[in-house]
Amino acid sequence: MSGRPRRLTRTEARGARAASGFLLPFLALFLLCFVAPIGYALYESLLKVERTGPLGLGGDTQQVWAGLSNYAHALQDDRFTAGFGRVLLFGAVQIPVMIAFATGLALLLEAASARWVGFFRTAFFLPYGVPGVIASILWGFLYVPGISPLVETAHAAGWDVDFLGRGTVLWSIANIVTWQFTGYNMLVLIAQLKAVPGELYEAARIDGAGAWQVARHIKLPLIRPALVLTTVFSLIGTLQLFAEPKVLKPLSNSIDSGYTPNLAAYNEAFTSNNQHIAAAEAVLLALVACVLSFGFLRLVGQRGKDGEPG
Amino acid sequence: MSAPDVLSGPDGTGAPESRPGAGRRPRRPWPRPCRPRSRPRRRAARGGGATEPPVRHRVITVSLLTVAAVYFLTPVYWLVVSSTKSSSDLFGTFGFWFHDPHPLDYLHRVLSHDDGVYVRWFANSLMYAGAGALAATLLSAAAGYALATFRFPGREGIFNVILAGVLIPGTALALPLYLLFSEIGLADTYWAVLIPSAVSPFGVYLCRIYAAAAVPGSLLEAARIDGAGEARIFCTLGLRLMTPALVTVFLFQFVHIWNNFFLPLVMLSDSDLYPIQLGLTSWQGYADRQPELYQYTVGGAFLSVLPLMVLMGVLQRYWRTGLTEGSVKA
Repeated sequence: MSGRPRRLTRTEARGARAASGFLLPFLALFLLCFVAPIGYALYESLLKVERTGPLGLGGDTQQVWAGLSNYAHALQDDRFTAGFGRVLLFGAVQIPVMIAFATGLALLLEAASARWVGFFRTAFFLPYGVPGVIASILWGFLYVPGISPLVETAHAAGWDVDFLGRGTVLWSIANIVTWQFTGYNMLVLIAQLKAVPGELYEAARIDGAGAWQVARHIKLPLIRPALVLTTVFSLIGTLQLFAEPKVLKPLSNSIDSGYTPNLAAYNEAFTSNNQHIAAAEAVLLALVACVLSFGFLRLVGQRGKDGEPG
Repeated sequence: MSAPDVLSGPDGTGAPESRPGAGRRPRRPWPRPCRPRSRPRRRAARGGGATEPPVRHRVITVSLLTVAAVYFLTPVYWLVVSSTKSSSDLFGTFGFWFHDPHPLDYLHRVLSHDDGVYVRWFANSLMYAGAGALAATLLSAAAGYALATFRFPGREGIFNVILAGVLIPGTALALPLYLLFSEIGLADTYWAVLIPSAVSPFGVYLCRIYAAAAVPGSLLEAARIDGAGEARIFCTLGLRLMTPALVTVFLFQFVHIWNNFFLPLVMLSDSDLYPIQLGLTSWQGYADRQPELYQYTVGGAFLSVLPLMVLMGVLQRYWRTGLTEGSVKA
């Protein structure tokens, strides 16, 4: 970037000195808030509490080496593994639906030459400004019989809906997430669509391509990077699912303390007071998130051209 | 969902109108109804309005968009209606229509309940989001600038480690971070929320990409020859050239911190330190025993959503101006 090849080493030395001054504040906090917690979680997850009193009761407690027993405990806990299965199922259904929805809206908005485009875009994006907790409280009110006008209307029409039942509550949560993030993903896609050179569309049109063909063969392939990006971030978000089930839990008997992996780890730490198992569960969660998102990036990276970040 | 996944290309972001003919379709703020630049060209190509979509298409498009708008706006509409109702009316009357509205009266009660604790939560949220986002922006700017403009051994390694941080779920970090902060006595203080909020690996990523394109090395070299120190060059040149990226990082991080629930939930037990989300869930949790809290929860949710809605309006306008260009490179 700076300096000529023959001065490279001097430039490097000076660069390293100057750069460290700019980098250190961030790196120090990064170490504290990203690297250290992972290390600490790994460490804690390998320990357990043992009581020293007779018969293992009462008396003092001390931390002893536990090997992988906390991981074994977490993985043998049916509720924890069921929670993982649940978020994976959730992601397999909700993410494609949401991304397809967002793509559809982005393409429609691009195609519409209506005066109302600005209004629609704002309307779709608005829910992104509603925090997950508030969105859950809001939709919670719209799900609970007795207060919800939706349930009331459905009942009046002779349709017996139960948004919070055993089979439905997961999809009610999916609806909250979709409601919140579709507009955001749509905006990311629109911005990428804007980056497509207009000449491309014109050329296609001159060649006689219809609106549908342009969308299918030009726009979709070109917004692939944005689709990949939104999918990966949705994946990470799905694995962290927490606020929605936590807020809806008092309203529904179908949400247990291990409904999602995150809820399980939280309850393990704060309700059961078992921070070692909670640490193991947090590590497992981070591990699965990394494996899935890197796996997905590799999967799509093999099929498409991949640029260096930066 | 945390990481803001859009990043800026050097063109477009800050000065959307400054290079209208840069080979792309011109971007402009949304309220302008038509596309004066591209349409005449199209007309010229096909003669007359031949490329205007047929009426049937337009009707279908607008109907589909309307259905989607109803879906997205219904809960907001319900919230507006319900914030004007008492707790008993919340249960007793039809949710999608007004009943004996006393908006100011009820909102006043929300604000004054429990010695105005709501106002305190609101201020806390503003403080966490404002101070956290400001710190995160400055730290990311310095780090991204350094990664983009200096050559030094280990640069790519450091960058890749920071990038990996983007992919780690924040909630998986929050729990061990709480255990760590309890050890050093930081848990249940303002710092417990502020410090993690000031770290944005994605911000660094964005700033690096942006600085690499927007801060010319020759300019820095010239400043050095003129005898300016590195800190001064960064403050006077770097920060100024990176402003559009910095605004983006700040807005994203602000929204991210404002919406964050898990971190404060884990870190804080003193309700005086709560941000607004945490406070509202605590009201909702007690509403079974204290029915008027239903009304306060709804009214409080309404008030808390207002500022962010305004911000969203600004954001989506700002974003459309090609902020995602850089993401193509990801």
